[in-house]
Amino acid sequence: MLTGSYPRFTETLADPSLQLAIYTATGRLMDKRRATVMPEALPDYQELRNQAHLLKKHTLENLDYYLEQFQAALQARGGKVVYCKEGSEVVEFLAGLARERRAEVIVKSKSMTTEEIHFNERLAEFGVEPVETDLGEYIIQLTHQRPYHIVAPALHMTRYDVARVFQERLGVENETEPEKQTRIARRMLREKFLAADIGVSGANFLVAGSGAVVLVENEGNARMATTLPKVHVAVAGIEKMIPRAQDLAVFLKLLGRSGTGQPLTVYTSFLTGPRREGEVDGPEEFYVVLLDNGRTRLLADREKRESLFCIRCGACLNHCPVYRKIGGHSYPTTYSGPIGAILTPQYLGAKHSPWLPFASSLCGACAEVCPVKIDIPKILLDLRSEAVKAKRKDGENRVEAWSFKIWAWIMRHPRWYEAAGLAARAVLGSEDEGWLRRVPLWLRVGPLKEWLSRRDLPPPPERSFRQLWRSRLPAREE
Amino acid sequence: MSGRVSLFVTCIVDQLFPRVGLAMAEVLEWLGYRVDFPEAQTCCGQPAFNSGYRAEARAVARHFLEVFEGAEYVVVPSGSCTSMITHHFADLFRKDPAWLERARRMETRVWEFSKFVLEVARREDVGARLDAVATYHDSCHALRELGVKEGPRRLLSRVRGLTLREMNRAEECCGFGGTFSVKFPEVSGGMAETKIDAILETGADLVVSIDSSCLMQIQGVLSRAGSPVRTMHLAEVLASR
Amino acid sequence: MSRDYILHKVRTAVGRSAGQPPDPPPEPRLRVPELSTEQRIEMFRARLESLAGRVAVVGAPSEAREYVAAMAAGKRAVASNAPFLTACGITSIPEVRSGFREPKALLDACTAADVGITSADYALADTGTLVMLSSQEEARAVSLLPPVHVAVIRRESLLTGLDELFSLVPEPDTLSSSMVLITGPSRTADIEQILVRGVHGPGEIHVVIV
Repeated sequence: MLTGSYPRFTETLADPSLQLAIYTATGRLMDKRRATVMPEALPDYQELRNQAHLLKKHTLENLDYYLEQFQAALQARGGKVVYCKEGSEVVEFLAGLARERRAEVIVKSKSMTTEEIHFNERLAEFGVEPVETDLGEYIIQLTHQRPYHIVAPALHMTRYDVARVFQERLGVENETEPEKQTRIARRMLREKFLAADIGVSGANFLVAGSGAVVLVENEGNARMATTLPKVHVAVAGIEKMIPRAQDLAVFLKLLGRSGTGQPLTVYTSFLTGPRREGEVDGPEEFYVVLLDNGRTRLLADREKRESLFCIRCGACLNHCPVYRKIGGHSYPTTYSGPIGAILTPQYLGAKHSPWLPFASSLCGACAEVCPVKIDIPKILLDLRSEAVKAKRKDGENRVEAWSFKIWAWIMRHPRWYEAAGLAARAVLGSEDEGWLRRVPLWLRVGPLKEWLSRRDLPPPPERSFRQLWRSRLPAREE
Repeated sequence: MSGRVSLFVTCIVDQLFPRVGLAMAEVLEWLGYRVDFPEAQTCCGQPAFNSGYRAEARAVARHFLEVFEGAEYVVVPSGSCTSMITHHFADLFRKDPAWLERARRMETRVWEFSKFVLEVARREDVGARLDAVATYHDSCHALRELGVKEGPRRLLSRVRGLTLREMNRAEECCGFGGTFSVKFPEVSGGMAETKIDAILETGADLVVSIDSSCLMQIQGVLSRAGSPVRTMHLAEVLASR
Repeated sequence: MSRDYILHKVRTAVGRSAGQPPDPPPEPRLRVPELSTEQRIEMFRARLESLAGRVAVVGAPSEAREYVAAMAAGKRAVASNAPFLTACGITSIPEVRSGFREPKALLDACTAADVGITSADYALADTGTLVMLSSQEEARAVSLLPPVHVAVIRRESLLTGLDELFSLVPEPDTLSSSMVLITGPSRTADIEQILVRGVHGPGEIHVVIV
């Protein structure tokens, strides 16, 4: 049928406290963003977006050059670059490093890229599980859940959930005050930071000209993880590259504001290589893992390449009316919301979650707020077309495909279109009944059934516009 | 002013909301235009395009371009249908230079109704009168693809007897989204409910929009909830005397 | 090798060949506004105070010493090796330990400290930010581990914002392995979106502008 196998999300939709949590958290982030990007606060906002888009476009179009420049610059400063085709190579590299350095404790700051490759679970198989140090990530690591939102991983949990988790997993008293819960985490994690042999981070940006890793955060855990342990490993997708340090003047202004309404997050670290001669502290070894994991495939698709411009601010999630209803866990992978809807089918193929590109009303709110101007609705439409083609090849979805063929034929033959309209209106009943709560049983199928499940149907008018027009007295000619 | 205007009423208005089409014609005539209705018109192709059926959408788009080939102005009572033509036909005919050219030439001649009144006819006051307390819903395509935001509000502010109240979250999607409404009815319904909450908060007895598909969704949910709040297309409001 | 594989895939994806020079990049976009020192100070103060930071503007180094001495009184304090701190007499405050050159000793001192005292290389007025480059004068741990951070800076080091910073320092990597921008106290809203300060970094930050 036309509806096919589309998920219902009934669990999330039917949970009023979860709905409220999602709605208020995203609403707050929307308001905070608006306050910092409105013309009074940031008159250059649209210009900055344009520049960011152009910079990303340029960088990706010349990515090989910038990767090599990055490597040369970092190596000149005593750092090392490790290229990994996919997640398993990253895990193997870390496992090997941990073994060689006899690492017992590995601390980690927030990184969606490591989530993408299921880094923690896979490294655990080698006998050492990294400890998440971002508070939200720490909490969900303890519960073995996926992050709910790019920027707010524990958005869906209440303080009582957190209290229970801490009590069960950390053996502490049941403490429900967020301030006190934070102190518990601070205490627990400080021990880990001080004992850590290796610190793993992501990278918000890679700066080609400097060989630098840029980390953006509010808590200070990334600073801790990249300052105290002797070894720092940054794991980054190759698309994180930007050309010059100066370009940060554009990107940093957009990232904090778009994501959390902060002109700058509390800490921004610009790190290039291990501790230098004379510097008192900092890591002795510095590695940057450059990960492909399918990015080169997205890069090859000119029309959809801009999906890789994403700087992971989370603005599209906050503004998406669909995300705000179904929440982060309704999406099949690490990346949720509109950006997730365009990345997942591209990385995992149209057949992975074929419904995903269709779970959008194409309202365009995401594109309006994207700091790097990714045209998400356009890409969704491209993905829908690809999904249909894939289904056609597999012989699936025949009913829908035939329906549209017939529909297209009718729409090219006005007299048949008119006849079809007459027939439909005759069958559905008359205007006098007002909006229709139900229709004859034999019609309660497919789209009509789905429509009527939530709302009434407009009463079919006795005559169509064209019929009325024909019988209309024309206005007096001038 | 005079001139010829061709109506593209859209399939949903033609079949389900014909009064919207008539209202639009009345307002255009009041403004001094000669209005014609090319009978061979059907649809802009959006349902197929949005569902991923590009070949089918293209076929219907070609029909549209042929039907309106000679039109000076094409006026449309819908933001989404207008933007389908002005913003997405080019996507459809990406690989076909001849049709792409025809589509491009059509882009400048197709107008969403409120934009036509304000920017071509250059009128804000069209002599309308309607006693009601109304709130305006920003249809997504019109808002984000056509830049329609202040225009309809200015037009409504000139309607005698009409009080306009801004709702919170006016820019939030009503949840229609074409086939989205029937593929994900729970989510679509949830989005509509959020919109209804915002509407009811205003105390308005009338919701106005420039897109009948939004109004169909909103009225459908209002009616299901047993609410007396009505919906009207901007054209109907402006044709009220 | 993964490197060759990835570079090859990238080149194929974008239609480039090895050794091919890049297209010219968009010009860097840096707009530096004209602001007097007074304006910068006021802007900085307003910004940082809105983030619950504390700003004291003093006329003489001795006043800076007074401020820090009051903060450090009866507590354990660590100061970085910044010459400006010595010049202000801060290193002579009894509770203040400084002169650490060795990472372990530094770390132990910082872990035990209640207050960390540093200078800063620059400050950014429009965001209330301190810019700290790691060096033999400024270790990273001093502004990170203790729960209170006090920075004593010269007013001349106040820049208008990021644009001016990157105009002056287009290549931070030439100066240090680490440049950190500090904007207010450490914070999180991860639990029920409720703001909590002092998660891992200092929960309290004071900037004394001399």
